Amino acid sequence: MAQHEQVNYDVLVIGAGGAGLRAAIEASASGLSVGLVCKSLLGKAHTVMAEGGIAAALANVDDRDNWKVHFADTMRGGQYVNNWRMAQLHAQEAPARVRELEAWGAVFDRTKDGRILQRNFGGHKYPRLAHVGDRTGLEMIRTLQDHGVHRGIGVHMERTVIRLLLDAGRISGALAYDRERGRWTVFGAKAIVLATGGIGKAYKITSNSWEYTGDGHTLGYDAGAELIDMEFVQFHPTGMVWPPSVQGILVTEGVRGEGGVLRNSTGSRFMFGDIPDNYRPQTAENEEEGFLYVLGEKYQGRDSRRPPELLTRDHVARCIVREVREGRGSPHGGVFLELQTFADWYGKRASKFNAEEHWKKKLPSMYHQFKELGGLDITKQPMEVGPTTHYVMGGVRVDSDSQMSRVPGLFACGECAAGINGANRLGGNSLSDLLVLGKRAGEYAAKYARDNPRVGAIHNDQVESATQWALEPFGRDGNEGPFQIQHDLQDMMQDLVGIVRKEDEMLRALEGLQKLRAREAKVKVTGNREYNPGWHTAMDLHSLLTVSEAVTRAALLRKESRGAHFRDDYPRKDTPKFGRVNSVVARGPDGSMQIRLEQIPPMPQELKDAIAAEGGGQLPEELK
Amino acid sequence: MGQAKFRIWRTDEKGGGEFKEYSAEVTEGMVVLDAVHQIQAESAPDLACRWNCKAGKCGSCSAEVNGVPRLMCMTRMSDLPLDQPITVEPMQTFPVVKDLVCDVSWNYEQKKRIKPFQPRKPDAPDGTWRMAQADVDRVQEFRKCIECYLCQDVCHVLRDHHKHEEFIGPRFLIHAAALEMHPLDTGDRVPELQREYGIGYCNITKCCTKVCPEHITITDNGIIPLKERVVDEFYDPVKRLIQLVVRKRT
Repeated sequence: MAQHEQVNYDVLVIGAGGAGLRAAIEASASGLSVGLVCKSLLGKAHTVMAEGGIAAALANVDDRDNWKVHFADTMRGGQYVNNWRMAQLHAQEAPARVRELEAWGAVFDRTKDGRILQRNFGGHKYPRLAHVGDRTGLEMIRTLQDHGVHRGIGVHMERTVIRLLLDAGRISGALAYDRERGRWTVFGAKAIVLATGGIGKAYKITSNSWEYTGDGHTLGYDAGAELIDMEFVQFHPTGMVWPPSVQGILVTEGVRGEGGVLRNSTGSRFMFGDIPDNYRPQTAENEEEGFLYVLGEKYQGRDSRRPPELLTRDHVARCIVREVREGRGSPHGGVFLELQTFADWYGKRASKFNAEEHWKKKLPSMYHQFKELGGLDITKQPMEVGPTTHYVMGGVRVDSDSQMSRVPGLFACGECAAGINGANRLGGNSLSDLLVLGKRAGEYAAKYARDNPRVGAIHNDQVESATQWALEPFGRDGNEGPFQIQHDLQDMMQDLVGIVRKEDEMLRALEGLQKLRAREAKVKVTGNREYNPGWHTAMDLHSLLTVSEAVTRAALLRKESRGAHFRDDYPRKDTPKFGRVNSVVARGPDGSMQIRLEQIPPMPQELKDAIAAEGGGQLPEELK
Repeated sequence: MGQAKFRIWRTDEKGGGEFKEYSAEVTEGMVVLDAVHQIQAESAPDLACRWNCKAGKCGSCSAEVNGVPRLMCMTRMSDLPLDQPITVEPMQTFPVVKDLVCDVSWNYEQKKRIKPFQPRKPDAPDGTWRMAQADVDRVQEFRKCIECYLCQDVCHVLRDHHKHEEFIGPRFLIHAAALEMHPLDTGDRVPELQREYGIGYCNITKCCTKVCPEHITITDNGIIPLKERVVDEFYDPVKRLIQLVVRKRT
């Protein structure tokens, strides 16, 4: 058997972003031993990149807000294929989770009367996002990290889990290598929480870091869990497009929330020309109303409505793609996002308004990012932006209340789990999801570990087969390098299974995936096991290919356009066929990927009423 | 835009190392981290470097570029002289693991030593607090820290004098400042600052402020006010006299 150390915990959490940290804190609060494994250093996870804020119906800025409105907004954004129970729990529990962060030391921006300030964001009816300028994610992860380090959690940094270990169908542990030396560690655990984030690295243009290789999705899938909603990949409308080295880096929705305007090369504010019917009642009728909404002021004696730049992310992203395809893009293949129009308008109302100071205060990290990476002063010049792969709504299928998958003892939360977001996630709902469902995952994993005190056996054959698989690339001949396979996969997924999808292109992608699998089997690695990025990338290929196949198969199956999933050959929603189902991916007995559609359980009347109340008494077709 | 030459520190298996020469194709807007990735993909797949966000937000890719502590992802090639090789080496204050990767675990140990946040009782019956934005702004400056440890790297107390046992370094003085000046915090870390965290070692050369990629005014806004608190607590003659009298009476 391969030489390894073994460390045992009651609960092991894989991933140390917002969800993993919150889960670990909760599990350790119940007095159990908790381990936390992360691929990077602690505190560097992708949560630090979240800018906009945490969505929670605190009602500090608009007292009409409550969990029912937040729930209805989340379901509308998800086009009603969300797990309604998760969306309900999320909306109900988010305020308490935000207040708890404050009790742990987080310092949010304040209202005039000293409470937590909330900002507007796409798809949210009321100002709902608790935030810290545009670096909310950093505040959140640091607060959780600093709170967590005093709780005796065993932190194992720069370790990557490559296999979950099972004993008679139950979770018994996980196998990991450490980046520094390439040594093996077996973590024995009664319960495991996956909190590994997303799959953005399957695409060429992405706001995600190297860590986002679909590890949790694949670990779960390989261990027998199901994946749902994998066709729903969110392309954030505004990533940087220039210079090339920063292509894909996120430009927060907060820029639009603070009055940023999208224009094409003719200078036209094109979003006013394309407002979907179901959002028209909530969208401003002109520029004046949109800007008053930004300020939270009334328009013609009634509540002002949001500017069209704050329509859902999928819609804004497709509008940008259309402008570029039809020849009205910016010089580097995006569109313009500018702050000048708002500044000029506001300057006329407020005599002391200093645009430069205003934007530096409201959008400090965006100012910094463009200044240092793009050589551009956003307070004076327009930004160039275009869509970037940002988030996957699909993930490990889990129970809505406990976050446990169908594999006993295996839990998942955060981006690698699915359900709450349906066909599209609203901005700000991710950070709240991490807190609410991360806490639940930790709580129920601890409960499971207490209720099932027998320690599962670690089976040597499982460890052996995984280590052998991992080390094979070192002995191979040939010239199939891991980076080239990864780049080819990213190019293919971007071109064939990207923002706008078609049957024939996706069938080509499936063939392409077969070929890439064959190349993966021949991948060769040079050097030794110590901190070797080539070797790490070679191992990541398995998960990248697995999630890419799941996305492609699910996208082929859903022959309609809904939320983030847009089919050029089926450009409309087909609610009778697809409005009440989720796609479910699982590994078949022969090892091949199986996919099916499954009915969504009927929604309780109380929740239907909450949705109808926000729809002028009407229910959407999906819920009739 | 042509080629740039690099001299990158490569460790060997015996624990030593040397600079090795590489070249990379320079494109518009390129940063040093892009060049390192290019070299990794084309000629040195086992070249080790840490990175994550590539946008100056996570603080992973700290290194020394032409001798200056910097984030590789925020160092634009266009700001460097390309007529001579660009030197890239790991931070000097921490042990090197491999190539550009350092063992920064000492930093995580320091944070554990600092007394955690202790909020006052909630201000409102619903368990929430009230804070003014102006009070919040002050600590938000410190809370911008991305923990890249470049300030620790440049600080001569650690870098040259190796006082890792006695001095927590600028990063953790700023962490302490963020807690001490937190509007809700009731903890008192002044005695520890004096006795355990070694604040006296800092002689305000402001090197840390200069290298901070988040532009935190580490010395002026953080360390100096903490030093003043220490002076008030331990060296104020009037206070000492009162303490002496009080002690005698009890």
